[in-house]
Amino acid sequence: MALVLNQVSVLRGGRRTLDDVSVTCEPGTLTAIIGPNGAGKSTFVRVASGEWSTDVGTVRLDGVSIASMPPHRLASRRAVVPQATQLAFPFTVREVVTLGASVPGFATQSIGDVVGLALASIDAEHLQHRYYAELSGGERQRVNFARALCQLEAGARYVEGSTVLFLDEPTSNLDLSHQSLLLAQAKQQAARGRIVVAVLHDLNLAAAWADRVVVLAAGHLVAQGAVQDVYRNELLSDVYGHAVRVGTVPEPGYPFVLPTSPRA
Amino acid sequence: MTNAAVASRMNAVHLPPPGRVQPRNLIIGASILLAVASILSLSIGATGIGLTALPRAVSAALAGQQTADSLVLLNLRLPRLLLGLFVGAALATAGAMMQGLFRNPLADPGVIGVSSGAALAAIATIALGNVWAAPLMKLFGVYALPLSAFIGGFGTTMLLLTMTRRGGDVIVATLLLAGIAVAAFAESLIGLISYASDDRELRDLTLWRLGSLSGASWPKVIAITPFALCLALLLPRMVRSLNGLLLGEAEAYHLGVDVPGAKRLIVFTTAAAVGAAVAVAGVIGFVGIVVPHLVRLLGGPDNRVVLPISALLGGSAVLIADIIARMAVRPAELPLGIVLAVVGAPVFLHLVLRRSLGRTE
Repeated sequence: MALVLNQVSVLRGGRRTLDDVSVTCEPGTLTAIIGPNGAGKSTFVRVASGEWSTDVGTVRLDGVSIASMPPHRLASRRAVVPQATQLAFPFTVREVVTLGASVPGFATQSIGDVVGLALASIDAEHLQHRYYAELSGGERQRVNFARALCQLEAGARYVEGSTVLFLDEPTSNLDLSHQSLLLAQAKQQAARGRIVVAVLHDLNLAAAWADRVVVLAAGHLVAQGAVQDVYRNELLSDVYGHAVRVGTVPEPGYPFVLPTSPRA
Repeated sequence: MTNAAVASRMNAVHLPPPGRVQPRNLIIGASILLAVASILSLSIGATGIGLTALPRAVSAALAGQQTADSLVLLNLRLPRLLLGLFVGAALATAGAMMQGLFRNPLADPGVIGVSSGAALAAIATIALGNVWAAPLMKLFGVYALPLSAFIGGFGTTMLLLTMTRRGGDVIVATLLLAGIAVAAFAESLIGLISYASDDRELRDLTLWRLGSLSGASWPKVIAITPFALCLALLLPRMVRSLNGLLLGEAEAYHLGVDVPGAKRLIVFTTAAAVGAAVAVAGVIGFVGIVVPHLVRLLGGPDNRVVLPISALLGGSAVLIADIIARMAVRPAELPLGIVLAVVGAPVFLHLVLRRSLGRTE
């Protein structure tokens, strides 16, 4: 019962954007994917969510290859919060979230409660009658998060087995409080037994919220494991090509990372 | 919840919910409009059947009596009404489908050259009908024209899709410009054919290029019937995938849409609708852009509303335009495409000039 990438390689434009990556994401855990620009983080999400097919290797959910699952079956078991979604049509926020329940085979009646809860969970109820196109980048991210929650909740009555929530840099446009709110919600989804996979740019956010960290660089898997095991000065300095120093805050005890400057 | 979150909620601007018309009311309103337009369309024409005389003519026609009015009604007005309904519904829903496919409210089979491609194929079939295409015409009979127009429309859509994609997204400016170029090319070939053909055909070709229902007849109704059935069967099947595609191709896939299959179905259905419409009425622009736009204004962009209401309103729009075309310069007739362009072109311009394409209301 897990999402397993087994020796996955992806070729795009003559380049290996992922090279022999094997990662296991367990239910009940929030896995953060970190790494510098061009490391293959977005490719990882695209392949693991089934959007792109692998050129080598397999992606399995509870032992079943996702390449063999028809799109609507897969959609009842995994949802994706994209980096940015433009919408050229006048949908309101509530309508965008409701689209999460439009997976073929899902009943669309009596979905109102699910939509309302999804909006409330991410502090977006007051936005529900606004037009999506008028929202700021951060508000759109929250709406797309609510849409993904709505999809998983609406699908919950049709599936057995693990469900996966992917987040592709979900916090990039969010202010501090909404970053925490969104990651707390993601964590809660994990606590409810879902597999949560989040691409995070901010090493400190990843340290604060992730149960496991997967480090990618230039398409390769550099390390995976608990935050304490992965957050080491030499490893991170090497991966990011910049000297960093890992410290720990006393109270909750999770590590934090400081980029060092020549003065230090 | 954090204090900051509470504060942001307190400060949030509470805009009133958008003034949307309930889908049920939209259906009722559109149906009433369609009924009125249909009755007027039956009544008005070169030999007018007065509204008071209409019931008598209908009952005579139903009883099989051959009065002057019942003959006009049966042989001229009724096929014209049916063709107008189909052409309007087909073009409006084709517009709505293309806008979903290209993720752009400006896409329209007329504007981006799909209608011209369909017309070119149909006109080539007519022009070559006596020579190379003769066996084809014989084999398919009345269906030869809509079929060739369908193939022309399908090819044009595929060409545009291939040309305007860059890494999964359709570049809007490229789409519009490429569409103009494709339309111009098709038009030039149509011009070439008309230049090379004799007078009678040339007159037909002019009608093709400006659009008209004046040639309405029962064989044409028969010719479009399979296309109408195909449209009625396929449209409900693509509502969810069209809604998903409005968010983007990746998002549609995440929502469980079989994206390649859905796109094939949309291109196929659009080409069938446009091809059949062009085959019986020539190139009629702007229905596909104005009608779905109006429906989204009234009922929102959900394709569960947009597709059926567009079909009803598109039928009404073409019938009303056809009535105007018949009334304006009696006893002559204006080409239908001209009437619709007078209304449609300014609306299109308005849409283009709105810089923020994020909203279409």
